[in-house]
Amino acid sequence: MKPRLVVVGHGMAAARTLEHLIEIGPGRHAITVIGAEPLPGYNRILLSPVLAGELDKEELALQETGWYARHGMALKLGTRATAIDRVRRTVRIDDGSNLPYDRLLLATGSRPLRLPIPGADLKGVVTYRDLADTEMMIAASREHARAVVIGGGLLGLEAAHGLRTRGMAVDVIHLMPWLMERQLDREAAAIVQKRLAARGIRFRLAHRTLAIRGREGRVAAVEALDEASASPVTIDTDLVVMAAGIKPDTALAESAGLRCDRGVVVDDTMQTYDPRIYAVGECVRHRGLSYGLVQPLYEMAKVCATHLAGVGSHYYAGSVPSTHLKVTGVEVFSAGDFADAPGRENVVARDASAGVYRRLVLDAGRLVGGVFVGDSRGAARLAELIRNRTNVNAMRRELMFLA
Amino acid sequence: VRGGTTGEVRSTCPYCGVGCGVRIAHAAGRIIGVTGDDDHPANFGRLCSKGMALPMTLSRSTRLTVPELRAARDQPRRSVSWDDALDHVAERFAATILRHGPDSVAFYISGQLLTEDYYAFNKLAKGLVGTNNVDTNSRLCMSSAVAGYKSTLGADAPPACYDDLDHADCVFIAGANMAFAHPVLYRRLEDARKRRPGVKVIVADPRRTDTAAEADLHLALAPGSDVALFNAMLHVMLAEGRVDRGYIARCTDGFEALEREVAGCTPAWAASVCELDSDDIVNAARMFASSPATLSLYCQGLNQSASGTAKNAALINLHLATAQIGRPGSGPFSLTGQPNAMGGREVGGMANLLSAHRDLADPQHRAEVARLWGVASVPEKSGLTAVELFDALAGGTVKCVWIACTNPAQSMPDQALVRAALQRAELVVVQDCWRDIETAAFADVLLPASTWGEKEGTVTNSERRISRVRAAIVPPGEARADWAIATDFARRLGPRLGRDDAGRLFAWTCAEAIFDEHRETTRGRDLDITGLSYARLDADGPQQWPFPKGAQEGKARLYGDGLFPTASGRARFVATPFVETAEAPDKMHPLRLNTGRLRDQWHGMSRTGRAATLHRHEPEPQVAMHARDMAARDIEDGALVRVSNSRGAMILRARCSGELREGDVFIPMHWGGRWVTGTGVNALTLRAIDPQSFQPELKHAAVQIETARLPHTLVAMGVLADADLALEALAVLLGRFDYASCGLAGRDYPVTILRAASAAPLAADLLAEVDAVFGLQPVRATLAYEDAGAGISRVGRRLGQRLAAVRLVGDTTGAAWLADWIADARPAASLGFAILAPSSEAPGGAVARGKILCTCYDVAESQAQAAFAGGLALEQVRSALKCGTGCGSCVPALRRLEASARAIAA
Repeated sequence: MKPRLVVVGHGMAAARTLEHLIEIGPGRHAITVIGAEPLPGYNRILLSPVLAGELDKEELALQETGWYARHGMALKLGTRATAIDRVRRTVRIDDGSNLPYDRLLLATGSRPLRLPIPGADLKGVVTYRDLADTEMMIAASREHARAVVIGGGLLGLEAAHGLRTRGMAVDVIHLMPWLMERQLDREAAAIVQKRLAARGIRFRLAHRTLAIRGREGRVAAVEALDEASASPVTIDTDLVVMAAGIKPDTALAESAGLRCDRGVVVDDTMQTYDPRIYAVGECVRHRGLSYGLVQPLYEMAKVCATHLAGVGSHYYAGSVPSTHLKVTGVEVFSAGDFADAPGRENVVARDASAGVYRRLVLDAGRLVGGVFVGDSRGAARLAELIRNRTNVNAMRRELMFLA
Repeated sequence: VRGGTTGEVRSTCPYCGVGCGVRIAHAAGRIIGVTGDDDHPANFGRLCSKGMALPMTLSRSTRLTVPELRAARDQPRRSVSWDDALDHVAERFAATILRHGPDSVAFYISGQLLTEDYYAFNKLAKGLVGTNNVDTNSRLCMSSAVAGYKSTLGADAPPACYDDLDHADCVFIAGANMAFAHPVLYRRLEDARKRRPGVKVIVADPRRTDTAAEADLHLALAPGSDVALFNAMLHVMLAEGRVDRGYIARCTDGFEALEREVAGCTPAWAASVCELDSDDIVNAARMFASSPATLSLYCQGLNQSASGTAKNAALINLHLATAQIGRPGSGPFSLTGQPNAMGGREVGGMANLLSAHRDLADPQHRAEVARLWGVASVPEKSGLTAVELFDALAGGTVKCVWIACTNPAQSMPDQALVRAALQRAELVVVQDCWRDIETAAFADVLLPASTWGEKEGTVTNSERRISRVRAAIVPPGEARADWAIATDFARRLGPRLGRDDAGRLFAWTCAEAIFDEHRETTRGRDLDITGLSYARLDADGPQQWPFPKGAQEGKARLYGDGLFPTASGRARFVATPFVETAEAPDKMHPLRLNTGRLRDQWHGMSRTGRAATLHRHEPEPQVAMHARDMAARDIEDGALVRVSNSRGAMILRARCSGELREGDVFIPMHWGGRWVTGTGVNALTLRAIDPQSFQPELKHAAVQIETARLPHTLVAMGVLADADLALEALAVLLGRFDYASCGLAGRDYPVTILRAASAAPLAADLLAEVDAVFGLQPVRATLAYEDAGAGISRVGRRLGQRLAAVRLVGDTTGAAWLADWIADARPAASLGFAILAPSSEAPGGAVARGKILCTCYDVAESQAQAAFAGGLALEQVRSALKCGTGCGSCVPALRRLEASARAIAA
C-alpha cells in the first residue's frame, strides 16, 4: 500500500508542492487534498486582473481539470480540516470524517487582518484574499459609487486600482507615510502614488483609521485621523476594503500542539516539530521569518517536495524577499534589504519624466537589495545576485544596466 | 548699408591673408549666407572650411553693444553712453600725457582692422598724441617678413603674386602648412600640380604636416635651424656653379660677404645642425637652383623666431643668387597670416613705421608726413613694439593702453607677464566687437566696435591686392566702426591737450574720406595707389599695388627689371650667420615646443570658436608628441599631461603623432583662457624677440612634459538655448578645475561641451554651477545614474524624444558617442536611464564617430578610413562620401589615408 499523504490547504504553495512531487515521484503517494474554497487551486496573484476586469475567473486555474484525477489525487473541496490527531495520525474534517495519513502537509496560508475598530463587521466591509472577496467587490462596484481601501500595500493598491477601473471613486487610507513601505522606499512609492493619482485615486497617507460608521446596517463612512495635523477626517463611502496585512493561519497547527511562533515552525527541510508533518507557504515560520510573496513559497515547495518524495537533498535556507510585478500597470521590483544603514552604498538611476526610479543597495561588495519602479529590466539577474550573495565589485558599473 | 533689406554684397573673408572674395547674402538685417566670389582673383569662388562656416559665427549674444566703464578696478563695469565713455578716456589720456609725456600712453591694434581704421589710429598716435607707441598684432605675425624684405629687396613688398603658383616649376615651402593655414592657395597649388605633374614641391618643416606629407621632398629640419639649411643650400649652389653670377653682378650688392659666410656651411655641417640627410640638402639646392622658375612660400615658421629676419633674408638670398625673382613663377613670397597686416603697414601703423612705407628714422620721411598731415612734426623716437610695450606696461612707464581688435591676453607670449602688465596699467581701453575675449576681463573701458559684415573699408592681401570690404548689415546696438571711434576720441582729446587742430585732422565722416587721404600719402612711393579710388575698386574689382595715377592695372609682380627700391637700385645680400633658438632645451626642459595652426580654427578662436562645425576636426586641446617621447615618460595616448617650463604650465591631452620628430612637441596656438584652464600655450612661450623685426619667438620654447594625475573627471554637454552665453559662463569656471576645456560639437544644433579633471574630488558647489549652465539642476536633470560610493554621477535631460544634455562625473566613459547622440538628435526616450550607462559603446553597438575630416559633408575620419580599407580609391571615396568635394580642405588628409590604406594592403 502506498503511503498516504494528506494536504491541508489548496492554495498556490500546496499546488506547487504537488506539481513538484508528481514530477519527482509520480504515483509514490496516495494523495488527498483538502481545500476550503469550492474550486481547485487557482492563481491568487491573478485576482487583481479579475477585479479590474482584465481577466476572466476561468483563467485562474493552476491545472487543467483532469490533472488531479490523472495523478490519482482525491480533492475534497469546500471542506475544512478541523483537527489533527497526531497519535492516530488522522485529520478530522468538517463533514465529521477522519482521514488517516502517513505524511501530512500543512499549507493553510494566511488570513487577512481585520482591524479591531468599531464598525468592522458592518455590511459592505470586505477583506481581499480570495475569489469570493473579489466577486463581492465586483458586485459592490455595480451597485455603489464610492469605496475606501484601508491599507496602501500591494493588495490595497490592486484593490483600489480594480475598483477605480470599475468606475468607483476610491480613497486609499494608509497608516505609513508612503505606500508599499515593505517593498518600496519613499521615492519609489511616490512614483507609484503619482501614477495611481493620475487615474483618479485619492490618497490619505499617514492616516490612522479610527472607525467605520454605518447607516441601516451598511457602511456609510470611514473616520480617520491625519497623524501629521492630528485632525480628524471623515470619508463617505459605500464599500470598505480592508487590506491592512495578513497573518499566518496557524489555528489548526496550534490546536494540534505543533510548535508555532507567529507561524508553523519548520526546519530547512520544511518539516515541523512532528516529523510526519510538513508545512509550506504563508503559514510557515522559517528561521524566524514568514513570507507573503510568491517566490519564497515556490522555493519552499520545491524543497518540501523532494523530502516528501524521499529523495531530499535540498535544503531551504530562507528567501531573499524579492518581488517583480506590475502594480496596476506600473512595473515594480523589490528585492532584499534596501534600508539605509552604515556602510551601505546606493546606486541609483532615474528617468523621472518616464516615472522610472531604480535603487540598488550594496554592502561590502555584495548586492543586498534593490527597488525598481517603472522599469525592471535586469530584475531576474539582480535578484539572483542578491540571493547568491555574489561579490559584484567587478561588475558594479554594469549592475544597473543588466538586461 | 548696401542692397537694402535683402540682397548680396561683395566683401572679403576676415581670416587669413589670402584675402578671398566673398558674397554675403543678407535679409532683414541679418547675414543669411556666405559664398565664395567667383570674380575675386584671390579665390575665384573658393572658400576654405573656415570661410564656409562664416554664417555660423555671427551670434550676437556676446557682442558688445554699448560702451562699458568702471571707475575703479574693484567695481564692476556699467553701461554708459558713448559721450561718457570717450570723455572719460580722453580725460585720463590727456591727464597722463600732460603729466608723464606722450610716450606714457600706447595703442595696440590689429592686422584685422581695415586700412582706414589703421590710418585713423596711426594719425591719432603720431599726429595728435605725439607718440610712436602704436603697434599691432602683426608684430607677432609678419614683422620678420617685412624686415627680411626691406633688408634685402629694399621695400616691404611681396614681389610675387598668386598667379605665380601656376607658373612655378619648383615650389619651396618653408615654415608654412598651407594645407591648414592658407587652404585656398593650397587648392591652387594642387591644381597646378595636377595640370603640370613635373612641378616639384619641397617642404622645409620640422613637422610632417599635410603639406609636408604631399611634398616631393620633405626636409624635416630641427626647429630653428632654417638659416643653416638655407646657407648650406647656397653653399651647394656655389660649389656646383648653380648661382647666376651675371644677375648677382648686375642687380645686387654684398655677395662677397655672404660667400664668405656660407663657405663653411657645407651640407655635412648643415646635416648635423638641421638633423637632416646631407643628400636631401644637396637635392633641395639643385631643385631650387636648376628649376626654370622657383617660388618660395613661407610663413610663421620663419617669422615667429628670434632670428626671423635672418631666416627670411637667408631664403631671399637664394632667390637673388639664382635670379629666381621677377619672372612668372619665381620669387620669395611671404604668406600673410592676417587679412590686413599688409594694409596696416601701408599706412605705417607700426611703432617703427610711418605712412606709406616711410621710415621713422628718416628725417625727410618724418617731414613729409608732418606736411601731409598739416602738423608741425611727427615724433622721432621709435615707439614700443608689442613685446616692449607690454614690458613697459609691466614696468609702469606706459600707463594707459588702448587695445583694438586684438586679444593680447591670449596671443602674446609669456602670458604671466602680459597679464601682470594689464593689471599694472592705470587704464586699459579695449575696443572690440566681442565682450567675451580674454582681454576684456582686464578692461576698464570697453568700446563696442562693428565687425565683419558691418564695416566699410579696404584690405590688402598677401599679393598686394586691395579689395573693398563692404557692409551687408548694420551693427547691433551702439557699435561703431573702429575708425569712427578713434576719430571721435581724437576730437575729444585734442582740446584737452591744448590742440585746436583735432577737428581739422580728424574731419572724416566716412571710410572713403580716410582712404582718399591715405592715397595721397602714397604718391611717389613704392606702393603708389594714386590711380585707385573706391569708385575704381567698385567698378573694376580688387587691384594690386602699385597702381599710380594713369595706370590701367596694378603690377602683378615686382623687380622684373632688376631694379630694387634701395638707394643703389640694387638688391642687397645679407650675410646671415646661423644662430640657435633663443631657448635651448636642457636637462630640466628637454623637449622643443612648437606652436601653430589647426585647419579649422583661426587665431584665438574669438570668431571661429563660435561655429560648432569648426570644432569637429580637433575637438579638444592637445599636445602632439612622438611615440618614443611618450614611452620614455610613461604617457599613454590620450592621457592628460602637464607641459611646463619656468614661465608657466598648461595641462592638456597628449596625442601620439607620426608628424613629429623625436624631442619635438606641438601645441596649436588657438586655445586661450576662454577655452582651457590657464592662459593657453602662451603661458609657455617666451618674450625673446628678433633684434631687427622685434617679433617674438612664438614657435620655440623648451618644456618638460609629465603625466597629470587628475582622477576626478567630468564631461558635460548639451544643446543649449545659446551656446555663446553658455561658453561665456563656462569660461569663468575653467580655472576651478586643474584641467578643463570647453568647446562645441555638432552641426545644426551646436552642442556645448565641457571636459574637466582635477586631482581632488570635485566640489559640490562647482558641480552645481556646471549643472546650472547645462540646465541640469536637480529638478531639470530627470535622467540620472548615481553611484556615490564609486564617485560616479551621470545626469541628463531630455527634450521631447531627444537627449538635450548630460553631465558625467567620476566615469566619463561614452562621452564621445553621447556627443554624437546629442548632436544628431537621435531618439533617446525609449532608452530611458540606460543612455547614461558608462559604456564605451552606444546602445545598438555604435561607436563614436571621432574626428570629423570633412566639415562640408560631415564625413568622419573613421568613415573615410573604412572606405579606403575597402579598397576604394580617392576619387571613388570622394564620390561615395562626398568628402573633399566642398571646400577641399580635407583632401590632403584623404590622400594620406589612401596612402596608408595602400601601405597596409601591401
